[in-house]
Amino acid sequence: MTRHATDAAVAEPPRSNSDLFGLYRDMRRVRTFEERVGELFVRGQSAGSMLHLSIGEESAAVGLGSLMRKGDTFTTHHRGHGIFLARGADPNRMMAEIAGKETGYCSGKGGSMHIADMGLGHLGANAIVGGGIPAVVGAGLASKRAGEGDVSIAFFGDGAMQQGILYESMNMAALWDLPVLFVCINNQYGMGTRIEQATKGRALHLRAQALGLNGETVDGLDVRDVRATAQALLDDARLGHPGFLAVECYRFFGHARMDKSPYRAEQDETEGRAKDPVRFARDALIGDGTAPEDTLDSLDKEIEAEMDGAIDFAIAAKQPPLSSMFRDVYAVGEAEPEPVRTRIDRILAKD
Amino acid sequence: MTEMTYRDALRQALRDAMTEDDRVFVMGEEVGRYGGAYGVTKGLYEEFGADRLLDTPISEPAIVGAAVGAAMAGLIPVAELMYVDFIGMTMDQLGNQAAKIRYMFGGQIGVPMVLRTQGGTGRSAGAQHSQSLEAYVMHTPGLRLAMPATVADAYHLLRGALRQPDPVVFIEHKALYTLKEEVDLSAPVPDWGKAAIRRQGDDLVIVTYSRQLHHVMKAAEELSREGFEVTVIDLRTLNPLDFDTIRTEVERVGKAMVVSEGVMTAGVAAELAARISEECFDYLREPVIRVAGEDIPISVSVELETNSVPTPAFVREIAERVMA
Repeated sequence: MTRHATDAAVAEPPRSNSDLFGLYRDMRRVRTFEERVGELFVRGQSAGSMLHLSIGEESAAVGLGSLMRKGDTFTTHHRGHGIFLARGADPNRMMAEIAGKETGYCSGKGGSMHIADMGLGHLGANAIVGGGIPAVVGAGLASKRAGEGDVSIAFFGDGAMQQGILYESMNMAALWDLPVLFVCINNQYGMGTRIEQATKGRALHLRAQALGLNGETVDGLDVRDVRATAQALLDDARLGHPGFLAVECYRFFGHARMDKSPYRAEQDETEGRAKDPVRFARDALIGDGTAPEDTLDSLDKEIEAEMDGAIDFAIAAKQPPLSSMFRDVYAVGEAEPEPVRTRIDRILAKD
Repeated sequence: MTEMTYRDALRQALRDAMTEDDRVFVMGEEVGRYGGAYGVTKGLYEEFGADRLLDTPISEPAIVGAAVGAAMAGLIPVAELMYVDFIGMTMDQLGNQAAKIRYMFGGQIGVPMVLRTQGGTGRSAGAQHSQSLEAYVMHTPGLRLAMPATVADAYHLLRGALRQPDPVVFIEHKALYTLKEEVDLSAPVPDWGKAAIRRQGDDLVIVTYSRQLHHVMKAAEELSREGFEVTVIDLRTLNPLDFDTIRTEVERVGKAMVVSEGVMTAGVAAELAARISEECFDYLREPVIRVAGEDIPISVSVELETNSVPTPAFVREIAERVMA
């Protein structure tokens, strides 16, 4: 890792088991939420099938999410439910958005791939691979100008590592000493393409280093490792030294809900799913006596009840009214686009 | 006659073109081992191998740009953009390179490539996976544009596109892949660049293309039961544009309507309506009416999505009012 800041500026990451308990809880919430998203689809209550679950990637979401603070901003890719939830999102409003309902975070207009919440600094999920990355350069510029020590974090998958815009963005961030972190959640698959089939240069952090950023790769199995590595990078980023972090993990399920992953062998899945950050944390908590199994069982049950409630909330919510269709194309107070029907009515009325 | 789907017909066109000419190859995201995001190339990787079905990284500008270079170097590339919504990322390679190379290099060389992609609504795929962006292409001199609406045209237009000397953008509709029709691929078909008159009547001409053809045909059938007879023109290619067929029918009938899923303002429907108004002015008894997508992004909400583009009921209602 190239480091510009003095080591003294880097806070020692907390590694105590009480922290792990909290991190476990947050990861379990992400896991259970995503399982419920799958259920929403099976029950025919989701808006479409383009639901990309982050199961297996919880340590990245929680490791980073637990370090973000008020004032920080971030963008995510299409597989960003977990990151947003870890940052403090309301699962009810998330689930409602995924169902395309009025009470969702984006009033049912965005959906799973376009969820956003300015209140929590979420500048938006994205359905264009790499599409959300450069926004953190601009947000980083704004943070730098404000001088409050806020950072902006771009989350993306390994698929985006082959998009040119990532390199344009990292170069600018380094050139301008911006408080920015680029986080690649390397789940090994861009849709059906394994990373080995997408690039020969798989030491991803070296690319960032070549451009003058701090660059690290961390194994995503132990959320404490992810958090500690991210903490060091974030501390440095807040001082104007942008960084890049690749979190190694495994996408447990298909690309989206209709994808049964026929392109990968059962053995690949078995081995991949063995790298389970949620189970690893659970075993660690039980193993050293921090939390007895029944405590964790009842925590898991509470979380299940919470996420069941999110499904109920989403299903009970209303579709956005048709009258909202023309709203928010432009700012409030500006004229809304004229509906096709209105225009035709006017033309035909002239006869 | 064989029954096949739009998806199967596209695959058959690729298979036949690749069998006939070994310069033809396919490149794009998930086109090989995966078989295409919408299954169009399924099985071709096994049939033709990795050299003819090139799986690419997620690098859209380079996919299109590499196709431009391959075409200039004597190959016939079929590049695939998984969603037409990604065309913005590739607009330099498409609009500044592919489209202009023949002209700005004084006619020395052309770019005989096909860019296959798909667009349109119907899957709750949200604002960045549901657009109809054919106007971007039609607005760019140097690019050809084909948009098949039927199973037979999925086959014939793709074969035709692969015989063109210039770059062709070939936009499929995501809601049509499972469309099943009886087809006879050996039967005579309209030439490349020629529109098809799908039904003929004396009361109104409706000009359309891609999935909206099916909405219009449904409306026309219902209207026929009420005594209104509509001519339905399926453009098949938007560049070349077969204006002769449009002119002949509009001059004969005297009323015209244009139906497009793309947004209304400065869209394909706007171009068509303007041209009909200019060229057929003396024959028109009513203003040319545009029925098109609303001037808004597409929502993920099913209800909002459905109502953002012309529905069969809306097409029918407006057609009926124009004829009344």
